[in-house]
This record gives sequence, C-alpha cells and structure tokens, in this order.
Amino acid sequence: MASKMPRHDMPRQDALARGNNFQEVALGYPLEVAVQEANRCLQCKKPKCVAGCPVGVDIPKFIQKITEREFLEAAQIIKRKNLLPAICGRVCPQESQCEAQCILGVKGEPVAIGRLERFAADYEIAQGCCKPECQAPTGKKVAVIGAGPAGLTCAAELARSGHGVTIYEALHVAGGVLMYGIPEFRLPKAIVQKEINGLKDMGVEIKVNQVVGKVTSVQELLDSGYDAVFIGTGAGLPHFLNIPGENLCGVYSANEFLTRSNLMKAYDFPNHITPIKVGERVAVLGGGNVAMDAARTALRLGAKDVYIIYRRSKTELPARAEEVENAEEEGVKFHLLTFPVEILGNEKGNVKSMVCLRYELGEPDESGRCKPLAIKGSEFEISVDTVVVAVGQGPNPLVTMTTKGLALDKRGTILADKETMATSIPGVYAGGDIVTGAATVIQAMGAGKKAAASINKYLATK
Amino acid sequence: MYTVVKRRVLAEAIVLLEILAPDVANKAQAGQFVIVRQMHNSERIPLTIMDFDRQKGTVTIVLQAVGYSSKLLTEMEEGDNLLDFVGPLGQPTEIKNYGTVLCVGGGVGVAPIHPIARALRDAGNKVISILAAKNKDLIILEEEMKAVSDEIVITTDDGSYGLKGFATHGVQAVLDRGLEISAIWAIGPMIMMKSVADFTKPLGIKTLVSMNPIMVDGTGMCGACRVLVGQETKFACVHGPEFDGHLVDFDLAMKRSAYFRQEEAIALHEHKCQCQKEGK
Repeated sequence: MASKMPRHDMPRQDALARGNNFQEVALGYPLEVAVQEANRCLQCKKPKCVAGCPVGVDIPKFIQKITEREFLEAAQIIKRKNLLPAICGRVCPQESQCEAQCILGVKGEPVAIGRLERFAADYEIAQGCCKPECQAPTGKKVAVIGAGPAGLTCAAELARSGHGVTIYEALHVAGGVLMYGIPEFRLPKAIVQKEINGLKDMGVEIKVNQVVGKVTSVQELLDSGYDAVFIGTGAGLPHFLNIPGENLCGVYSANEFLTRSNLMKAYDFPNHITPIKVGERVAVLGGGNVAMDAARTALRLGAKDVYIIYRRSKTELPARAEEVENAEEEGVKFHLLTFPVEILGNEKGNVKSMVCLRYELGEPDESGRCKPLAIKGSEFEISVDTVVVAVGQGPNPLVTMTTKGLALDKRGTILADKETMATSIPGVYAGGDIVTGAATVIQAMGAGKKAAASINKYLATK
Repeated sequence: MYTVVKRRVLAEAIVLLEILAPDVANKAQAGQFVIVRQMHNSERIPLTIMDFDRQKGTVTIVLQAVGYSSKLLTEMEEGDNLLDFVGPLGQPTEIKNYGTVLCVGGGVGVAPIHPIARALRDAGNKVISILAAKNKDLIILEEEMKAVSDEIVITTDDGSYGLKGFATHGVQAVLDRGLEISAIWAIGPMIMMKSVADFTKPLGIKTLVSMNPIMVDGTGMCGACRVLVGQETKFACVHGPEFDGHLVDFDLAMKRSAYFRQEEAIALHEHKCQCQKEGK
C-alpha cells in the first residue's frame, strides 16, 4: 500500500551554514522523491483536501499527474485555480489547510501537498512558464490597487476573463508583502518576479510608484474610465506597544526591519546602499510568522544572540510550527511568558536594554487563547542593542481615508461582503488584509479570486 | 524613468534638479515631499518639493551633497534618468489668510519654504521671508524668494551678507519693528528649526516646522520616520512632514537622524574607492 510509505522530508540547508546566508532554506523535492511522495496520495473520490484550499486547487488531479511524470500538466492543473503556485507552495500554511484535511493524516502523516505544489511550479519555471489562456478581450477595464497577493490574484483572474487590468502599486516593485516582508531565505525574490512576469505576459499592466490616495484616488480611477476597482492595499501600518523608550534608535518595526533587508537588500550593504544594523543582541517582540522572519533575518545579519520575546507560552505561538522549528534550529532563543514594559537607552539615544515582566497564563480570553497575566514584582533587565517590534499590523489608511463613501469598521478595515467582496461603493471591491486585518498570503489570494468572480458578474451587467 | 530636464548649481554642493514627472506635478502642493530612488541599488530618500509646474509636468527638488546618496544625485546631468520618483507624499501646508506671516529658510531649507511662501502670498498673506545661511555663497534662491515674498531679510552667520547672525536674529529684527506676526514657517537644519521654535514659544507665535527624518517607504508602512510631537508618536511621512514646532521633541529627532551616520560614512568611502579605481 502506497499509504504505508512515510511522508518524505524535504532537504534543507544545514542549520549552522544557513544562519550565515540569505539563500533559500528549504531546497525542494528532487524529482524522484516528488514522484514517490505523490504516490502516497490515495486519490480519494471525495477529496477533503480541496475543500481545505482557499482557492480550491484540484489537488488529487495535479498529484496524479506527478505520479504519471506529467509535471508540466500538473503545474497547469494548479494554475487553473492558482496563478502563483511557486509562491503558495512555499508560504501557505498547508498544515492548517489542505494537509489538515488529508485522510492519511488521521492515522499517520498527510501527503506533502505543499511540497508537491512547489515541485510542480518550480519544474514549470525551470522549463519556461506556459502562458495561461485568456478569453477574448471584453473591452472592460479594471484598476487594481496594490500588487500584493490579493491584488495579483484578482488581476490574474480578471485578465484571464478578457478584461483590461492595470495594477497601481505604491512601492517601486510589484509583490507587496512577498517582496518587502517575507525574507529571501523563505521565498526567493526571483521566484516572485517570475510568477509576476507570468501576469504581465497575460497582458496585466503594472504601474509602480503610484500611491493611490495621493497621486490619484479611487474616485478619479472610476472617473477616468475604469469600470471597476479592486482595493487590496494590505495591512501596512505597523503597530507599536506604546511603552516608554519605543522611539529610541535601534527600535524598528518589523515592517521597517524586513523592508530594509528584503526590499532594499540591506543585507548586501554597501553594494546596496540602504543600511541596517543589529548589533550583538536582538530582541524580537512577538510570536507570529513575521517575528520568526525578523529573528532569522537578524541572525543572518550577524547578531550573536537573537531572542523571541513572547507574552504567552510555546503552545500559543501564532507562527507556523515549521517556522518556529527553523528558528530554533538556527539558534534563535525563546524567552516565553516574558514581555517588556520599557526600553532603556544610552546617552546617544541608542537602545541598551529592556525591562521585562514575567507572565503566567490565566483563563482563555475572547481569542480562545489563555490570557497572559503579569507577575507582580517580576521585573528584570535584558541587555539588547536592537529591538524589533513584531506585534502585528493594521490597515494602511492612505486609500481608505481618501475614498468618500467607503464604509469601514472601527479598526479601519474595509467592510466588504464576505461572498462578493463588494464594498459600500458600487463597482468597488476589496479583499485581503485591508478587509480581514493581517492574515495569510493564501487567504488574501482567496479573497482576490472571489472579488474577481464578482467583478466579472458586475461587468457583465454594465 | 523620470528625466532630469534642468540642472542648476545653486551653491557649492547644492544643486537644483527639475524632474519630468507629470503625475506628481499634477497633484503636488506646498509642503509635500517625494521619495527618490536613483538606481537599482540606491536608497529611497525623501526630498521636499521646491517647485512644480503642472503645465510642463515637472517637479523641482534641491539637494545638498551630504551623504553618499545625495552626493550621487547632485552629480546627475540633464537628460539623466531617476529610476523612481514617488509622490506627492505627506500632508500639504494648511494655506489660508493668516495676516502677516514669516517664512524662514535655513540653508537648503529655503527650497521647501519657496512653494509655501508662494501659496501663502496667493492666499492674501503679507509674506516676509528670511533666508539664513553660513555665508553669502550659501544663500540660495534669493531671486525666486523675492518673487514670492513681500519682503526678504537675509542673515549670514559670518555677516558676509545681510544681517550678521542666525535665523533667529532675522526673526528678532522683524519683530523689533512691532509687526504682528500671525504664524511662522521655519524649515532648515534641525538645530535651526529648534532654535526658531524655542525663540517663538515664549512669544506665543504659532510656528510650523517641516521634519525630514530617515524614511524608507514614505507611505506609513515602516515607521522609521517616527517623531514625538507633544508626547504623541507621529509618522512624519503621513501625519507630517509639517508639525507644530513648539511640540516637536527635537533632541530625540536629532538622535534618530544620526543613527546610520557610520553606515553613511562607509558608503561614501566605498564610493570614493570605486571612483579612484575607475580613474574619476
């Protein structure tokens, strides 16, 4: 029985070596391993994995194609539902989505769907991408604001339906969080750009350096001839803790820290001119994927000691188990049930230490996780040179503030219909983190896809 | 690509560049800034807008060669291209008829003062502009400022031109005439803005300053440009760059501006080595 075969590990760079370089950690399945892993799939008649995929990829079918060594066809099957498979194969939390539903997971380990997706996508990229077929031009035009996961997906789906699509991106390169947030060692930027080039081949126009809300507005886009607008501007506003000392030199938001390193390539200073410095000891505040990315980046930038400082215990860490494991292997130290109350600086205004409190867990709170309770009198000082605040991001208000009549909730996220992604303005749709608050790449892609389907319907009535 | 259509040397190491960027020119207002990235490996640096011409579709910026990136920008020639030019960013100056106003520009700070003075005068204000610099050679844009002001006062540290003294001496000289000043805009080096704000605070004259902290994206995404204003943390890129000078924590701002000084020196040094190798 194929299912008795254990799940295949994916080769990774050695933990010690990779702590010093920015090359990709996970190396992908070699061809024969991919075929063997694909053979573990039971090809269920009613596959639950598909229901677990936010974009509904026909998982058993693409896996079957891998067993038949029809790798390009496997990639094409994925691409019918997901035009960014090399990205998703790397950053989707498969363990809580498709793989969580896999029947093999009940008694053993699920099929490594994510790794197989990555394998098929990388195989196709190596062979030269095939251009997805687009329907005949409809003559309709759609503006997409933000070239992150939601915007790219929405744009790709709309282009496939024959509409003219223009993406307005604020930064100098398309990709959003895929470029500025997720590090090179987890998602190589060349891969991101190759998948984005696939969109350009489909006729999607990408205008960079366009800050909507400043250089133009949603209303102006509608007035200038776009039939519909999709807003996918993400969660780009960093949260801080509002504790004393947070404006000292050496305190970065995770967004700043990662943007310097990823988008601006500060790890290659001075060949790239944007600087970044970490000193010897770095504290990363928070326990999510962004915190893990920042901690692992700090190690690679030469920090001797990197600490994850988190208020709750290991069980509550919001980061993917795989990322926590990677960070631990590379030498990131976890200070759990600990959080700072103040950051202290020297005479130059540079960070020198943090005063922290110890915590214990109480009853579950409204989020369902145990509430952290500060232990009175437990103050202690940790000496650090750099602090990275990774406690989440809110919606960027540049577009929402300048769009009259756009309904928002009290957090500032856009109110959009769950099924249609329609906003309070006719013809204007929204999806991704700007609607949900900070979430995952694939959830944003799912929203972009749903919005594209609604926009299609809307345009048919116009 | 954004083409340099005009280059003018204003003083030693201070250069004016007029850039073809119709979209930005179309929306630019006094007090706003742009983010510029010259080449594929360059930093994104914020620069305040000195002028804009909606008909020609150009935006003018003024640079002083201090660090590596600004030095490279001042070396650009007419016809050269900037890779990225983003804007207009930040909040525009609140323009209305205040009465009689002072526009104080220190060093290259005269450049961002220029469109503010013009807009204030167009709104009916009596505009007295003060141009301050170390010496006569570093007084820039005198003719342009005359054209948008009712009167100009010049101060130099060494007395080589106009009044001898700092920007604050210029402000004092105007106040000594018994004029009622409704508001002051002061833009220039941090220490100059702090001095003017400290000087006007006991007098109760509304004083606005334009902060130019380190930035990365310039759209509120990174928070590198945090400024403490009246005990509240603000992002200069989206809430500013203009703030009430009496509330800004300048000491903190100066420290934050100096954070990467060592790295700037390294970049400049590498650049010199590279130029020597290439025999420039």
